[in-house]
Amino acid sequence: MKLDRTSIAIVVITVALLAAAPALPRWAMSLLNVSLCYGTVVLGMMLLMRTGLVSFGHGLYYCLGAYAAGTVDQMLKIPDMALMVLAGAAATGIVAAILGLLLARYRDIFFAMLSLAFSMILYGLLVKSSALGSTDGFNISAKSIFGIAVVDNAHRYATFGITVVLTMLSAFLLNRYLRSHRGRLAEAIRDNELRVEYMGASVRTTIHLHYVISAVLAGIGGALMAINIGHIDPEMTYWPQSGEFVFIAILSGTGNVFAPIGGALVFETIRSFAYEYSPNTWQMVLGITMLIVMIFLPGGLWSLLQRRKPA
Amino acid sequence: MATILHAKGLNKSFGAVTAANDINVAVEQDSVVGLIGSNGAGKTTFINMVTGYLKPTTGSIHFEGRDITSLKPRQITQLGICRSFQIPQLYNTMTVAENLMVGVGIVASSGARWAKSNRLDVAPEQAVEAMLEQFGLGDYRNRQSGLLPEGTRKLLDIAMAMVVRPRILLLDEPTSGVSADEKFVLMDRVMAAVREGKVTVLFVEHDMEVVERYTHRILAFYEGRIIADGEPAKVLDDVEVRKYVIGEAH
Amino acid sequence: MNQLFAVLIDGIVYASWLFIIAVGLTLIYGVMKILNIAHGSLYALGAFTAVSFCSAWFNHNYAAAGSFAMLAAAAVVVGLIFGPLIERGLLRFMYGKDEVVLVLVTYALFLILEDVIKLVWGVDPLLVQGPNGETPYSVLGNFEASGLSYPYYNLVLVGVAVATGAALTWVLTRTRNGKLLIAVIHDREMSAAMGIDVGRTYFVTFTVGAMLAAVGGALTAPTVSVVTGMGAEVIVMAFAVVVIGGLGSLPGAALGAFIVGMVRAASIHYKPELELFSVYLVMAVVLIVRPKGLFSGAEVRKI
Repeated sequence: MKLDRTSIAIVVITVALLAAAPALPRWAMSLLNVSLCYGTVVLGMMLLMRTGLVSFGHGLYYCLGAYAAGTVDQMLKIPDMALMVLAGAAATGIVAAILGLLLARYRDIFFAMLSLAFSMILYGLLVKSSALGSTDGFNISAKSIFGIAVVDNAHRYATFGITVVLTMLSAFLLNRYLRSHRGRLAEAIRDNELRVEYMGASVRTTIHLHYVISAVLAGIGGALMAINIGHIDPEMTYWPQSGEFVFIAILSGTGNVFAPIGGALVFETIRSFAYEYSPNTWQMVLGITMLIVMIFLPGGLWSLLQRRKPA
Repeated sequence: MATILHAKGLNKSFGAVTAANDINVAVEQDSVVGLIGSNGAGKTTFINMVTGYLKPTTGSIHFEGRDITSLKPRQITQLGICRSFQIPQLYNTMTVAENLMVGVGIVASSGARWAKSNRLDVAPEQAVEAMLEQFGLGDYRNRQSGLLPEGTRKLLDIAMAMVVRPRILLLDEPTSGVSADEKFVLMDRVMAAVREGKVTVLFVEHDMEVVERYTHRILAFYEGRIIADGEPAKVLDDVEVRKYVIGEAH
Repeated sequence: MNQLFAVLIDGIVYASWLFIIAVGLTLIYGVMKILNIAHGSLYALGAFTAVSFCSAWFNHNYAAAGSFAMLAAAAVVVGLIFGPLIERGLLRFMYGKDEVVLVLVTYALFLILEDVIKLVWGVDPLLVQGPNGETPYSVLGNFEASGLSYPYYNLVLVGVAVATGAALTWVLTRTRNGKLLIAVIHDREMSAAMGIDVGRTYFVTFTVGAMLAAVGGALTAPTVSVVTGMGAEVIVMAFAVVVIGGLGSLPGAALGAFIVGMVRAASIHYKPELELFSVYLVMAVVLIVRPKGLFSGAEVRKI
């Protein structure tokens, strides 16, 4: 297998992160964890955006992934990290395959609005489900990984390990996909659907597939977040959460799979400082940043790194 | 010669407007057929029906003996009929080479539904290079297609139809928007590519010079009907054609 | 029977409230093709301004009935300040961009305005209430119907909704400016070519739309505790209304408000745990059956 530069970089960074784990201070590790979880979700947003679609309801899958993970812990009493993530991916994959049948027919703001409606349906259900803790949600705690019990420091490293490996694996696979013949159809669909059909490819099938992939990525991100934070609640599918994902995707740009991950890291770093020093202007900073990026950097932060690309 | 495309009794109306009125055409393999007529005469409607964009109200279309009337554009492309557009339909944010690569990629990863004739026999990159070469687009390879001059966009639009290796190519006004001194260069390139690929061509055109120079046969449309069908010299000399088609076209 | 009557009354009141909020949203979309997320912030700004104005009024010991004038003043002030500010300062640079980009621009604006509210009014819940507990709500008192007690204030909501709908319909169908507006809605370029000042049309439309959002907020303020985040809650509800009715359609907003109002009132009375769920379910079902909403024209693409 011939690897492109991005793939090699992903492998190198994964190894470096895992090797550095014992040296990382607690705050750095949790910042990385949260950023990587967000990054995984935004990888999915990136695929949709490349296809020309913006979902204002991806919190649906982020939340669903987390609740699937939580169910494995709370209801089935099998608090295994690997199983939790698997449950998150499976649940989102199934739901997205069904909803995708509908959503693949929609574009532009109608796609955004229908996605929003679906995410708010889940919100409406969760806030009134006392068995799932209503608006408070519930706590979860993973106690093993692949059946091997982990406590204290081992738990911390296991959580970090699974977060790093799964995020980087997602990025690796998505990068391969985007460079494949089918992956290239994403931008073709964004540019001109009519021509794609007249070249003999199915727009709807491709959009459906990309929708499912992006949902599964959000589900994995949500499940990982549940494991990391140890708490889940319906806010995960409330629309401002989905808006946050859109924000990071715009901020990052869709040029490369590192963009969403880097963007999420920038976002989380700014957030942790802003929360500390100026909690009441944090959203204002976000809003102004978003306007600046949209007006002056339509390709997102990634386009800043891309200037050296040959013409 | 064998019939490759056969339209039987096609009718199409949009409300009170009849865009196709009992169209019967049998197109022979390897021929080049020109479709002429004033605006609204039914030429583009005909192309739209053959490529599955519009369904005829009644009648049927057969390609190599197979009924394709109810198929979708993408299925018709897969069988081997492709078209170009009056307004070029490009992937505007991509380079010229990338535009072609999308089509090559679709063919390269195509499944069993595709006709054998359009399978790829070389590496994808080579197929793109060959197409760039054939259409004289090599110099534009890395230029963004959305920023090209109109003549080049037209050329790329036709190359994008050819890149999926059709048996029949339908061209919708290939020289509209192309300057007078460029139009024969463009048509020569297209025709050379068509001959090499053994492709049957139907094209809609308003420029009678172009029609006369490149076609073997002309179909003259008027108010949804075909009012004349035959060799170019004969059709262009027809009384009705001179009155209804050429009189208005010039 | 009694319960059915209660559902009907609650539904109509709730629908009126929704209509007031949603009508500005649909107006702005219809004319400018902007799905304005910041509409939620304008609503919240209307509510917070109403709190400030009414508190000042009550603190001066003026007649409590005059607090209604303060509610109206709050809406007008917010509309006249923020409408022009947003339209001239930001949106006019964005015209012609993709609809999705415009949604994102208004989302950024929403984030900014949320914090503006926090900076001006703080993060604690506020009430429209005088030092002795007087409110516009209590001034009017209650009436009895079918054995149940309802505040007269609810009738104000219904009245304002009906008046707003009637006034807009009148302007659009009976006045010269309204007819020009409809021309702009149908074909912006053609209207500009015919000499209609599209920029001015947009400016006026957005200001009116912003004011309607603020009216909604100001009228809501006395009935709830005014908190940050209320804009986020209301904007998705307003989206549901306009999407159900058909984006940009005035009768659509009315029908959407009626449907959502009734669905919510019914679920609160019969199955309270399905309240939010049912509203968005209706939105999804309508989008699935009629992708462009109940009142929408067909669009054709030509090649």
